[in-house]
Order: sequence, then C-alpha cells, then structure tokens
Amino acid sequence: MARGRSCVGDEMGVRMRFSGLRVLKEGLTGNKGWGPHWRSPEPKAEYDIVLIGGGGHGLATAHYLAKVHGLTNVAVLEKGYLGGGNVGRNTTIVRANYMLPGNSEFYSHSLKLWEGLEEDLNYNVMHSQRGIINLVHSDGQRDAFVRRGNMMVGQGDDAEMLDTDGVRKLLPMIDFDQTRFPVFGGLYHRRGGTARHDAVAWGFARSASDLGVDLIQQCEVTGIDVINGVVKGVQTTRGPIRAKKVGMVAAGRSSQVAAMAGMRLPIESHVLQAFVTEGLKPCLDHVVTYGMGHFYISQSDKGGLVFGGDLDMYSSYAARGNLPLVEHVAEAAMTLMPQIGKARMLRSWGGIMDMSPDGSFIMDRTDIEGLFVNTGWCYGGFKATPASGHTFAHLLATGNPHPTTVRHRLDRFRTGRGIMDEESTGSQHNLH
Amino acid sequence: MRLSCPICGTRDVREFYYQGAAVMLVRPAPDAGEAAWDAYLHLRENPAGDLEELWSHDGGCGAWLKVTRNTVTHEVKKAVLATEVKR
Repeated sequence: MARGRSCVGDEMGVRMRFSGLRVLKEGLTGNKGWGPHWRSPEPKAEYDIVLIGGGGHGLATAHYLAKVHGLTNVAVLEKGYLGGGNVGRNTTIVRANYMLPGNSEFYSHSLKLWEGLEEDLNYNVMHSQRGIINLVHSDGQRDAFVRRGNMMVGQGDDAEMLDTDGVRKLLPMIDFDQTRFPVFGGLYHRRGGTARHDAVAWGFARSASDLGVDLIQQCEVTGIDVINGVVKGVQTTRGPIRAKKVGMVAAGRSSQVAAMAGMRLPIESHVLQAFVTEGLKPCLDHVVTYGMGHFYISQSDKGGLVFGGDLDMYSSYAARGNLPLVEHVAEAAMTLMPQIGKARMLRSWGGIMDMSPDGSFIMDRTDIEGLFVNTGWCYGGFKATPASGHTFAHLLATGNPHPTTVRHRLDRFRTGRGIMDEESTGSQHNLH
Repeated sequence: MRLSCPICGTRDVREFYYQGAAVMLVRPAPDAGEAAWDAYLHLRENPAGDLEELWSHDGGCGAWLKVTRNTVTHEVKKAVLATEVKR
C-alpha cells in the first residue's frame, strides 16, 4: 500500500520520511532536522468517527480507518498522553500460538500484519522475530503442546517440537536438571518474538496523524450522548464533540467508558505486573515461557531481562501490584535460571488488564446504534495491536465484523454460544 | 495487601482466595431468565473505587468474607462474614 495524502503533515511542518539516508544526513548535521511526529490539533465540533482511547489499539484503529477505508474525519481522544497505558507497560511479546477457532485466525492475521508493519508505517518498531519457546516439563504438557503446535501449523503459522537437546542448544542457561520441573523439550514458534512497544504506539500515531486523523491528548471523555438509542457524540474535558460513530477502545478502563452509555460489560479489571533487570550482556536470544512457574522472560535490546508472571488475582486499577506476586515471580525465575539471582531488578510495574470471562476479547456493535466496543484483551493485547486496529476499523467503517472477529461477540456470555475458552477452565470471572 | 478477617484478625493476602464482586451473594431464581443470569454470572460494575467483593480465608479459618476494598488504593475498608450478610 502506498502512503497517501502527505499534504496534511507537510502543511503543519511535521511530516518526514525515515530512511537510512535521512538518518545519515541528520547525524552529520547535528540532528536538527527532526520535528514532532504528529500534530496536536484543537478538537473540532464534529467528526465522523470518535475513538475513545489513544493507546495502541485506538491509534492502530485510526491508522487503518484512514489508510484502508479512506476515513480521515476521525478523532482519537486520550485522557492522558498517547501510548501511556498498557501499550507502554507490557512485556512486548508478539506471537500467533492460539488454538481455538476465532482466536487462531485472528492472531494469525495479526502476526502477518506485524511482519509488514514497519514498511506500512515507515517506522522502526524493532519487530524482532527471535522465536518463542514454551518449555515442556511433563508428558501431559508435551501432548498438549504437540496438539497446540499442530493447530498452529494448521492455521498456516509455524511450530516445531524440540526435545531436551534441541532446547539445550538454544537455551544453555536454563537449569535442565532441576528436581521439581526438569525440562523435557519445548514448543518452538520461530516467527514469534518481540517489538518495541512504545514505538508501535508512536508509529501508528504518526501515520494516523499524517493521514489526517486528529489525535487529541489531555482530553478525557466525561459522557457519551445517546438519544433514542443512537449515539450522537461525547462530552469531554475540552468540550462536547459530535460524532456519527463512537468506538470505545479503553482497555482496562472499558467498564467506566461503557458505564457512560449506561452499559455494564462482562469485564473485571485486574493488575498484571512486569519486571526488568539492569542491562546485561546478551544471554537470552529467545522469548521463553515456563508455564509450571507462571513465568516468562526475554532480553530487551538494551540488555535488561524483561519478565513477568501471573495476575495478582484481585480486581485492581492500581498500575502497581503487591509484593507476594513479586516474590512468586522471583522464585520462578530462580528455579528456571538460578544465575538470574546475580542480576539486580531495576523496576517492577503493573498494567490494568480488561479480563473477560472466557479469556478472549470482545469486538462488536452494541445495542446503541453507532456505538462500538473493543475490549476484553486480558493479558494479551499487545500482540493483537495491528489486527485489533485493522478489524475494529473494518467494523467501524462497514458496520460489519471483519471475518477474523465474527466470533468475538459481546453477547456470547449471555447466550453461551461461541465461548472461546482457550485454557479450558470455564467461562467465569475468577478463572483467569 | 492485608485483609482483616473477623475471626482471625488482620492477615496476609496470600491466605485468601478471591472470588470476585459480591453480586455472587444474590443468586437469581432458577427461572429468573437469561438477562438476570447473565448479570449475575458475567456483567460487572467493575468500579475504579470502592468494591464489595467475596474472599475466602482458605489459609485460615475457611470463612467466606464480604470485603469492601478500594480498587485504586487497595485500602481495605470493611470485612464481615458472608454468612452474616446472607442472614
């Protein structure tokens, strides 16, 4: 797809293309030629489409609305700053290893979008397909991973089973002979990996802004105007804004946004913690998951070991967790790779997860005409960013769900039809 | 985070199991209809602020507690036995 409508950015003196030549030129001339990546316009009185939430998914939706559907009379309203929520707080993992119909094709679609994203955005999101290895510790787990691997291959993606020696070659630092959970192999997803999370938000923001979308920061939505079952616009801290269609893309804050339209969502918000150590020399080339310890880890390009564990397991809007989970995650890390104990943990933080009962996301129309909902990403929203934007833009533009999201209905919990319970634990709030 | 069990006193959160919002205390009649059961099982107010919720003191006395807790600050404001609420 060619980049169109470059005039908007040029008028504002913002637009610039990134290239090796440009980097070289700027490097030799004191880097004085770089400008802001996006415009900061005043909100207009009316838009065709208003998106509530300037995180990864909202910005991606704006990008695809403009680029795929040619809709540029669009505003993204963000109460804080762009990308200040979960897109800047996650552990950056990108993968397509889902199993159930619905999720399988959606995440497969997302990974393909990731693979062309940097070219599409003209932005270096540092997408690194370094591979993901899910470790196997028992025969039962191996069977489950063989099944999952076959389903990944069946959906058109890649998966390989490794034996112990295969894992040992790739991950020499792991304690293979631990008595509690010895490593018997792994499921290797080569096209999985990581991306620079902030750059993903910035890249989508820059592209959307260039194409004519208004990104409005410090603009909190305080009400959603609905008349006779039809959405008319929103009230904000920067005045009322009329809109023909409104998309709610507020992740952990989805329940508060939906409440403004008189809706209650099947969502509980939980805190998920993440951690990073000081920068170390390269020691871990892949993303590794250690399911038995509820632990996963990768090494950032700066050298920090980035890792995380399970939810704190109680409702929370605090973007920080409690110490018991810190201890649990540290214990898991020490079991898997004891030498990690020599590294100092630099930071820990939390993000607010919009947990749905079945662990799969929701993207649908609502009972209010013109009001659309995108929520329930649980702890897996980052890898979904391009496809969430792409498919939500499709829903907003056409009124119909994209083929990869037809199963992600809002009413599936009420009707019981089409539940996508990836972990087979039941469709219930406390079984995350 | 520490929770105050009316029987055991203030204890570490690790001793407790979290069930969720206390709407679970008011079970609809079997024939209440799809909407009532959907609301009971799935739909949540999910407030950023005070939330009434159910915790079980699994690692202590085993009692079910109805706890009022702030979901933004994690401050525990009140905890009573669920059996007393039900009565």
